[in-house]
Amino acid sequence: MSRLHAADENLALVRAQLSLIPSASVIAGSLLCLMPLIAQAPLLPPIALMIFLAWRFLRPEIWPIWAGLPFGLFDDLITGSPIGSGMLLWTIILLTLDYAVNRAMWRDYWIDWLAATAALTFYIMADMVLTVLTGGGWVFAPLLPQIAAAILLFPLCLRLCARLDRRRLTL
Amino acid sequence: MASEGSKRPGFSRRARFGLFAGYVVAITGALVGAGLVIIAIFDPQGFSSIRGGMSDITAPISSTGRGAVQSGGRIDDYIANWWNAGRQNADLRAELDIARRRLIEARATDLENRRLRELVNLIEGETETLATARLVNSSLTSTRRTATLFAGRNQGVMSGQPVRAADGLVGRIIDSGRTASRVLLLTDRSNIVPVRLTRDGTPAFTTGRGDGSVEVRSLEAGRNSFEEGDVLVTSGTGGIYPPNVPVAVIIQVFGDTALATPLANPAALDFAIVQPAYEPPVEETESPEDVAPDDSEPAPGLSETP
Repeated sequence: MSRLHAADENLALVRAQLSLIPSASVIAGSLLCLMPLIAQAPLLPPIALMIFLAWRFLRPEIWPIWAGLPFGLFDDLITGSPIGSGMLLWTIILLTLDYAVNRAMWRDYWIDWLAATAALTFYIMADMVLTVLTGGGWVFAPLLPQIAAAILLFPLCLRLCARLDRRRLTL
Repeated sequence: MASEGSKRPGFSRRARFGLFAGYVVAITGALVGAGLVIIAIFDPQGFSSIRGGMSDITAPISSTGRGAVQSGGRIDDYIANWWNAGRQNADLRAELDIARRRLIEARATDLENRRLRELVNLIEGETETLATARLVNSSLTSTRRTATLFAGRNQGVMSGQPVRAADGLVGRIIDSGRTASRVLLLTDRSNIVPVRLTRDGTPAFTTGRGDGSVEVRSLEAGRNSFEEGDVLVTSGTGGIYPPNVPVAVIIQVFGDTALATPLANPAALDFAIVQPAYEPPVEETESPEDVAPDDSEPAPGLSETP
């Protein structure tokens, strides 16, 4: 009986750990910016936001509507965007998606990708504007490769999250 | 697939309230975020202690992999060198001959310079080194071009100090933590460096373009003074950057502006050197009070005339 009870506890622990997978993957996306590379242009797309959105499209109920606040703040601290910009922009994106999903009659892979394209482009441009306001300078052309990379890598993020989701639900 | 709509709370009062509270928290949080950005607009250095603390935490993580990445990044160079060995050898030998002659000339000029400086009693602030450290990571997604330097206040690194490497200028410190600090690179859009041409001393300034190159603008309007291959060095005007540090070489000229690439490539640096912020020497000119009495008195030779 006690052994069974212990096994049960163990299972609960493993389940708790597995339930952390989505959050952990977003945080890992932010931490990717710590790669020891000195870049001369913004070359990495906003991976954390892409993973965050991929989870949002796969499992719409997974993030509470305020989930952009902690993840956005953490991303700001790591990536060096103005502090608070991630909190603001991620929440705007989440609220807009929430509103759009209620309005949309139809939803498939391509529409998801289109929505992600809009969200990522909005984020990169708005982040640039906020950076300008807080002491940076106008930069436009170097952002284009970053936007293209974000759009093209998004399906890969979806795949990755689907793989992680399967791992999450095995137990 | 038909759209599933958002989470419908059903008839449960608690679930409905929970959903509503979620929206309240989200919108309040977003407004707090906007508030933080607005604070940063009016006081761009306001969060520098938080930033410095974050770089303290993240710098050790990045620095562990830096050595490996650095040697990996040079593999293409090695291969190219191997491939071009013969032709390169001949080119380099020719270049070396020219360089040797120039070096002798430069030594002579240097000696003469030193003698002339001694003659006019010009005392220059000595360029001491505050810290020598590695750049460990950089802003990969942001439009700001900053890098993290693995040296901080403990080494005496403070905001506003210039950072250079053996090849040339790298940038300046914008905020410092205890053991790490952030460097605003030369290529950042907001980094303006006063420079001059080594060829004829034309004053100019460089602004970063955010894509690895810098834009050069002349301070003298209406003159096309730039040529491809011109080397820019800092002029020391306005302080911060000490004079005569190599900055960039011009690669393309557009009328009175030009495009240049920085001489120091932060990605391939072994070490960066932090120096104290440069203060231009104050020239001691004779004040008018001292001059005036001399003028009123007659010259000694003339006073004795009847």
